[in-house]
Amino acid sequence: MKILLGLVPASGGTVRVLGGSPGRANNRIGYLPQRRSFDSGVRIRGTDIVRLGLDGHRWGMPMPGLGPRRARRQRAARQRVAEAIEMVGGSEYANRPIGELSGGEQQRLLIAQALVERPALLLLDEPLDSLDLPNQVAVAALVSRICKEEPVAVVMVAHDVNPILPYVDRVLYIALGGAAACGTPAEVITTRTLTKLFGTPVEVLTASDGRLVVVGEPEPPALYSDRHERSPASTASGASGAP
Amino acid sequence: MMASGNPWPSWNLLDDFREMWSFPFMVNAFRAGTLVAVTAGVIGWFVVTRKQSFAAHTLAMVSFPGAAAAVLVGVSAVYGYFVFCVGAALVLATLPFALAGESEGQSAATGTVQAFLLACGYLFVALYHGVLSGLNALLFGTFLGVTSQQVAILAAASLVVLVTLAAVGRPLLFASLDPAVAAARGIPANVLSVLFLVLLGTATAEASQITGVLLVFALLVMPAAAAQQVTARPSLAIALAVIIAFAVTWIGLGVAFYLPYPSGFFITTLAFCCYVVARGFRAVRGTRRAPAVSRLLGALR
Repeated sequence: MKILLGLVPASGGTVRVLGGSPGRANNRIGYLPQRRSFDSGVRIRGTDIVRLGLDGHRWGMPMPGLGPRRARRQRAARQRVAEAIEMVGGSEYANRPIGELSGGEQQRLLIAQALVERPALLLLDEPLDSLDLPNQVAVAALVSRICKEEPVAVVMVAHDVNPILPYVDRVLYIALGGAAACGTPAEVITTRTLTKLFGTPVEVLTASDGRLVVVGEPEPPALYSDRHERSPASTASGASGAP
Repeated sequence: MMASGNPWPSWNLLDDFREMWSFPFMVNAFRAGTLVAVTAGVIGWFVVTRKQSFAAHTLAMVSFPGAAAAVLVGVSAVYGYFVFCVGAALVLATLPFALAGESEGQSAATGTVQAFLLACGYLFVALYHGVLSGLNALLFGTFLGVTSQQVAILAAASLVVLVTLAAVGRPLLFASLDPAVAAARGIPANVLSVLFLVLLGTATAEASQITGVLLVFALLVMPAAAAQQVTARPSLAIALAVIIAFAVTWIGLGVAFYLPYPSGFFITTLAFCCYVVARGFRAVRGTRRAPAVSRLLGALR
């Protein structure tokens, strides 16, 4: 993701993002880094956090009420922030200090922050990490709804693919030092492919309603280091397409 | 402590201020106090938000040997404050952990340096063979003997700090709260961190001259911390921090004029009271709103 944002140079190959080299179009990319949550000491409203996504990168002070044009722009900005918060269903708690919110609520507002500038591409790095199970399901559904309603493509990095599998259009497995498998979930998420990629037995089951479920071995492998030597990183990257 | 005999307030505020301001040193004290309070209130909000209180404390400690060294070599202490504080801010900026905020292990290193600097300041004072009350004034502040030139320097420094903060405030806040996203949006977070430390050094040098080295938190942290307890709106919190800092400085100076006790004590005590009241205010409001209940309702929905 850092390569896509132009923050880290690629060690090989060429990268094109939104029709240009990486880093050129970052104002059209919404980015949600992998994070720890805001601790309870952070005394800033959720609204202000979302607003930073809109104009937090601008220099100078927002001078309230100086001329009708500025007032109009201020109003438009406030309205856009409210829209983005509404989109993630955060209107109830957006005016509370972000540190007092639960992990799921914080994550929803951060997604609103990434969305507030109407990006063409949304990069989500482990957005379900450190959320409890109901929130994982809810945030995954939320992201899926957003990418259908808004003209935005979503690229999501996830280690645990189960919560997002129902919504994913394409899967890219990065393992063994490169792109190891790419295609629709039905093509990639198979017992054979995953067992090969992870270097440990993995089973893919089909639920009664046709959903895929990935199940790991009941016990962790005895030799961790051995497994890591063979596959330095195993990451699934789900891409949900939009127009 | 008072040179003016034994004044007593008439409790007519207008008359009392007229009496205080008939002394040029009190006029300068109020001018300097106002400048410092406004600057410290604004930058204090960023200090609390960035969790850099300990950096502020370290810079304040540095100002002590700074002022003592300046007096020792025979120049005004004002220069010592600014040179040492801004210099120390630049040194802190070269340490990788100072930019990223503070964590437990690194605070030990900073604490070690602080103690050494305090000792250096003590040595400079001893070498000077000055009057012992000079040491008290450096550590705990004084409002006596603020010169017009000092007020002018404070005004210039305040202007620089406030204008710079106004220019970089938003990206600085973004980078403080959300470094990874800020970097993706092209905000030079490291440059801003260094710049902020230099501004903090300047503000600390200012505050040290009024509250003394050991009591800078009275203006630099307490008002902003109290304001953040009351409101989570950035603009309102900054305004409130300035108002608190301004009020405690004025009241503290006024009380110290009539009572034979040091101004630093009054200013710090008032700021402390503000913080306690603000915490109480938040606790009371919190129970009334019962955040746990509303959070549960939100989860169910």
